[in-house]
Order: sequence, then structure tokens, then C-alpha cells
Amino acid sequence: MKGWKEIPEGGLILEPGNSVEYKTGSWRAKRPVLDKEKCINCLICWICCPEASIIVENEEVKGINYDYCKGCGICANECPKKAINMEEEK
Amino acid sequence: MKVLGMNGDNAVAYAMKQINPDVVAGYPITPQTIAIEKFSEYVADGEVDTEFIATESEHSAMSACIGASAAGGRVMTSTASAGLAFMWEMLYIAASLRLPIVMSVMNRALSAPINIHCDHSDSMGARDSGWIQIHGENVQEGYDNLIQAVKIAESARLPVMPCFDGFIVSHAVERLEVLENEKLKKFVGAYKPEHSLLDVENPATFGPFDMYDYYMEHKMQEHEAMKKALKIVKDVGKEYEKISGRGYDTLSKYRLDDADIALIALGSTAGTARDAVDSMRKKGINAGLLKLRLFRPFPAEDVKNALKNMKAAAVLDRSDSFGAFGGPVFSELRSALYKTSNVEIVNYIYGLGGRDITSEHIKKVISELDGISKTGKVKEYVQYLGVR
Repeated sequence: MKGWKEIPEGGLILEPGNSVEYKTGSWRAKRPVLDKEKCINCLICWICCPEASIIVENEEVKGINYDYCKGCGICANECPKKAINMEEEK
Repeated sequence: MKVLGMNGDNAVAYAMKQINPDVVAGYPITPQTIAIEKFSEYVADGEVDTEFIATESEHSAMSACIGASAAGGRVMTSTASAGLAFMWEMLYIAASLRLPIVMSVMNRALSAPINIHCDHSDSMGARDSGWIQIHGENVQEGYDNLIQAVKIAESARLPVMPCFDGFIVSHAVERLEVLENEKLKKFVGAYKPEHSLLDVENPATFGPFDMYDYYMEHKMQEHEAMKKALKIVKDVGKEYEKISGRGYDTLSKYRLDDADIALIALGSTAGTARDAVDSMRKKGINAGLLKLRLFRPFPAEDVKNALKNMKAAAVLDRSDSFGAFGGPVFSELRSALYKTSNVEIVNYIYGLGGRDITSEHIKKVISELDGISKTGKVKEYVQYLGVR
């Protein structure tokens, strides 16, 4: 990580749209694990995820983006088929 | 040279008029009210181009100043006492965002009991907020410090709080030499911010969330900026001498170089102290005065050099730091001199809530210091002066 001489003064961010570089997945205490056997691709998890971390391709849930998922558990709570299980991060 | 008769508040407004800042956001509070009121008249009369924002509180005033400064404007305001206390949260934000806001403070006591008169509790309470703090003795210094503050702030990229004593200076009409507009304009120059919210070609985010991974690096930057500011204050003081004939440093000495005992004071008390020094010199006591102009950053090396030959010294603090070992100037100064000097330093807390300090009080302090220098014995390190 950069030292105090290498970063903009005053906590300024000079590069627009760089929040993508901040991997908030490290904050997670519990990890959502998707069981594709149970998943019906209703996309309720995708609608509810506050971090846009549900990966969807062609209307099918493909997985979870663990770089940004903070482990809030909303997806697991909302899933009507209990296809997402929150497991302890190790 | 133009000479006017003006009180401290009007001198501040006059200097602000000459500086012609982009934005002034203010809220009235005694004894500062006259300054912002007078300045708002200049705005109404079209004598300045300033966008004047009359806010609903000091918290809002400082918030508006922060926004305007982040937008790239040259921004000024003024406050005192409870007003400064109400800005508390925003003071840190202004400093941490490295915004060169200039805010004159007319020092006034804090409640309770409610009191409108001078002491330094307000600005001393903000001493750790990251603002540069400069104390002026009289109306002339108030005017001069405000002008220098603009240049200091913009060079250091830190906000500056030029202070002077409420009522004693703010409401006292004194002789004031003012600069010609052109000279002053050339001195302060145009403000070119490195980054600004309105620079759409170079977008910048101000005030984002900062975690434990970078927060400390940003604090380190502030720490270093404050250290650098020491030289900036000195350089600007020298440069100001060229246009005004009045030079400024971090401190000034009065009959100190050949003295054995020293008084340390800031603000208007320095004048009374000089009078007391003269009287005691006539009685054969070698007293001198160190007038501290800069409190933040604290000029430790300059203070060390000025006091190196003293046998005893007394710090006059116009505010208490309840429960601490002495007032804020005392603890700071004593800590700076620790192990580098054998001088005995004692502390007198005086003048709270505008309690008068006379030459007699200070002569008593000098007599006690004389005793300490002769016996090497200190009865009490921290005392109240002028209390019943």
C-alpha cells in the first residue's frame, strides 16, 4: 500500500470511478454459498443485493462476486428456495 | 500611507474588503458581530465581489465555507466563543480536507456562567483541530495578521485562525495603518487551488470515507504540513515587512536578550507586560518579555532559543485546561524546553471572562520570578492570578 507521500493530500480522490478498486469483500464475516441444484433463477437475490454482487448471465444466476460481497445475507434471507447458505468465513 | 482610526472588528472587515474574497459565510456573535456586519455592508454597497452567505448557525457558516473552499474559492469568515465551539466538528473537516479558509477569532470566554468578555478558552479549545493559530496584540496586528493569514493558508494548504482579544482589541479604536489596495492585492495574489470541485476537466472527490488503511497516512500529511507551516509563517512575515514596514516572526522579544527572567504572554496582555517589565527594570530586576505570536504550529525551537539564558520564566495563560498541569501555553512551552534548559517555568492563569490584568499583577509575577531565580525554589507551579 502507498505511503503518506504518495497519496493526494486531504484524502482527495483524483481518479473518477475508482471505487471498483476497493475490494469490500474483505469486510465479510459470512460468505453466501449458492446451491445451483435448488436455484430456480427467480433473480430475487439479484434484485435485492445492495452491492450488485450476484453474477447473472442470460437471466441465469452464475455465482457471487466475492470481491465486493460484504456478506450482509440479504440474498440468503430473501431466497424463496433457500438456495443460498451463509457460511462462516475462514 | 493611509492612517485610519478603527476598532479591531472594523479593521478585520476593512482588510476583508481589500482582500475581496470569493465567499464569506458568517453568523454574528459578540464580540465578532461588528466585523461580519460591517463586511455585509461592503457587500450591500457593491464595494466587494464577494458572495455573502448569512447562515443560520456557525456550524452552517463553517460548512458553507468548506463547500465554497472545496469549490475553489478564496473563503473567509469570523467567529468567537460559543460560535467557535459550535463549529467544532467542521473545524477538523476544514483542516483535514486541507482547505485554506481564513477565520478571524475575537477571543471570548465560553459559558457557563455566560460571559461575553475576553479569554482564550475558545481558540485554545480548538488547538488540536489542525488550524494554524496566530495571536495579535492590537488592532494593527489584527489587520496585518489577517492579510498574512490568506497567504499562509494558501501556501500551507491549511486553514488559519488569526486571533485577537475580544473587546480589548475588537472594540477599542486605535491608530491603524492600512495598505494601498494595489500593494495588498499584489501581496495576496490570485488564488489558484490545486484541485477544486468546479474543475470539471479534472474531477476530484472531496471527503470520501477513509478506513484504518489510509486514515493514518492522511493524518501524517497534516502533521507534516503543520511542521512546514512554521517556515511559511516566517517567510510571509518577512515578505509582509517589504510592503508594510512591519515585519513578523513566530514571536517577538522585548528586553529579553539581556534578561534573567522572562514573561511569556500572547495577545493584548503583552502591552501591559512591557509596561511592567520597564517598571521592574528601573528597580534593578532584569525582566524581559516573550510575546508569542504563533501558537499553532508551536515554534518550539524559537522559544528554546529565546529563553535559553533565563533563570526563571512565567507563562501567562488566559485560559485554563482544567485538570491539566497548567494552562495550554504553559504545558506546551514547558514540554518544548524539557531537558534542553534549566530554566524554572511557572504558570499564571489570569484574565478569565475579561478579568482585568494590570501592570501591578504582572509586577507581582516578576517579583515572584525574581525570588525563584535567586533561591531556585518554586512554591507553586500553577496559580491563578487576580482571583479573590
